[in-house]
Amino acid sequence: MTKALKLGLAGMLCASTAMAGEIKPKDVSFADGAIEQSLTGTPGDPEKGATIVGEKSMGNCVACHQVSALADVPFQGEVGPPLDGAGDRWTEAELRGLVANAKMTFEGTVMPAFYKDDGFIRPGDAYTGKAPSGPLEPILSAQDVEDVVAFLMTLKEQ
Amino acid sequence: MNFKALTAAIAMMAMPAAVMADPDDDKLIINGEIEMISVAKAPEHLENLDTIYSGWHFRTDETQALQIDDFDNPAMIFVDQAADVYETVDGAAGKSCASCHDGVESFAGLTAQMPKVDPETGKLVVMEDLINECRTERMEADAWKWSGADMQGMVALIGLQSRGMPMNVAIDGPAAPYWEQGKEMYYTRYGQLELSCANCHEENYGNMIRADHLSQGMINGFPTYRLKQAKLISRHNRFRGCIRDTRAETFAEGSDEFRALELYVASRGNGLSVETPAVRQ
Ligand code: HEC
Ligand code: HEC
Ligand code: HEC
Repeated sequence: MTKALKLGLAGMLCASTAMAGEIKPKDVSFADGAIEQSLTGTPGDPEKGATIVGEKSMGNCVACHQVSALADVPFQGEVGPPLDGAGDRWTEAELRGLVANAKMTFEGTVMPAFYKDDGFIRPGDAYTGKAPSGPLEPILSAQDVEDVVAFLMTLKEQ
Repeated sequence: MNFKALTAAIAMMAMPAAVMADPDDDKLIINGEIEMISVAKAPEHLENLDTIYSGWHFRTDETQALQIDDFDNPAMIFVDQAADVYETVDGAAGKSCASCHDGVESFAGLTAQMPKVDPETGKLVVMEDLINECRTERMEADAWKWSGADMQGMVALIGLQSRGMPMNVAIDGPAAPYWEQGKEMYYTRYGQLELSCANCHEENYGNMIRADHLSQGMINGFPTYRLKQAKLISRHNRFRGCIRDTRAETFAEGSDEFRALELYVASRGNGLSVETPAVRQ
């Protein structure tokens, strides 16, 4: 019983912290804005990536970008360029870099960095407006980034 | 037309709702007679804009319509309530606003110059400060909550007395250090999303961000009646919301930081008519 309980707790801790073998936000290395190495070693799932790109509570990329492939997601923004054809314009490594920290590709860009966990001015506890109670998590997990990149790779001009 | 341009054009047609335009060119005339300056040449100190627009130009026709006739403007209920409060005795001194001040029309022009520096203390003050000073020190009544209905109703009633007058806040002399502080804040990229006011309201006004049509973030219409919240919204409450939306730790309503930011944002609208109380979605 106690043993089972301990195991259960260990499992929960694991789920919220980084998986073994994952590259942590602070350890990511960029070359000309691109990240060559997968952040997790697990191939991305483009369908999950599509959900992350469209969901307000996740990547919310459509807040700023139009994506024709997600035509059923309402209210697509125009702050950034449409992502149609992104898979033709960029390599997988470049897209990984763009999602993790677009400022490494476009200096000073409006686009937020999705895989970064420090160096912010007055960061908050998500959208509560309050100061965070512990260390910050990146907005997207390492596997989320891989999933988004896999989805972006499917965006080709026919 | 080459093939790429053609597919791009088709993609655009498939999403008509997302392709909205810049500020519209409707004219803002209230009650069929008060002509508002809702588009103006940007003030000298504004380096990155040529033209300034009231937030009214970025709203839908339905929302715009609610502001052009006082009978339709839902904010007027709160303004009427404030007019009653103005005459009502409150506090240990046994006085109402009207005991000491002439009619509320005597405040005409004041909102166009707010915030301002109090010559005695050298501190930057906003309308809420002036009102609460009278309440606590002169009426011996409780201070009103910053974004409460009493306070924002009174701020709106006093603002209405300046409606149509161009905003003209002072940014030099004793106001200069506060203005610099506010400007610094306006261009600071707060929060985990690292977005400044300028990223949204200077670089991207006219663009859609998700379902919202970005305006220049002017405050000449505040307090505004927000349909979504069905009440008057204070300037500081709006600032708070915008900073919170960058996944940041915001500043408090009534903080010195927001007083400074209010001065700077007000100065960006110098030349636009006071529109209080405006209606927003
Ligand atoms: C707040 C606005 C904003 C958000 C949110 C945002 N982006 Fe961007 N993005 C931009 C802007 C602006 C650019 C253009 C880069 C520049 O010139 O600054 C851009 C550029 C890009 C590019 C390269 C453009 C191209 O196709 O050639 C990709 C790919 C991209 N973003 C993907 C994403 C993904 C995926 C997400 C969500 C995980 C996202 N963006 C979220 C604003 C945003
Ligand atoms: C006991 C007298 C008294 C009462 C009651 C009173 N005031 Fe005042 N009020 C003053 C005095 C004195 C001043 C400062 C002198 C001045 O600037 O007119 C002032 C200043 C102001 C100012 C700033 C004017 C300016 O040009 O800077 C505003 C706004 C104001 N009062 C609003 C109100 C409101 C609203 C109420 C009721 C909630 C109220 N006052 C109640 C006496 C009073
Ligand atoms: C992530 C984008 C974003 C950022 C950053 C942002 N805002 Fe906003 N702001 C909005 C949106 C969306 C609205 C609602 C639509 C509109 O009126 O522009 C809005 C509305 C406003 C309004 C109301 C305008 C009106 O006419 O009713 C003001 C004032 C304002 N913002 C000021 C600011 C200030 C000051 C900052 C910086 C402290 C800021 N905003 C930062 C997105 C943003």
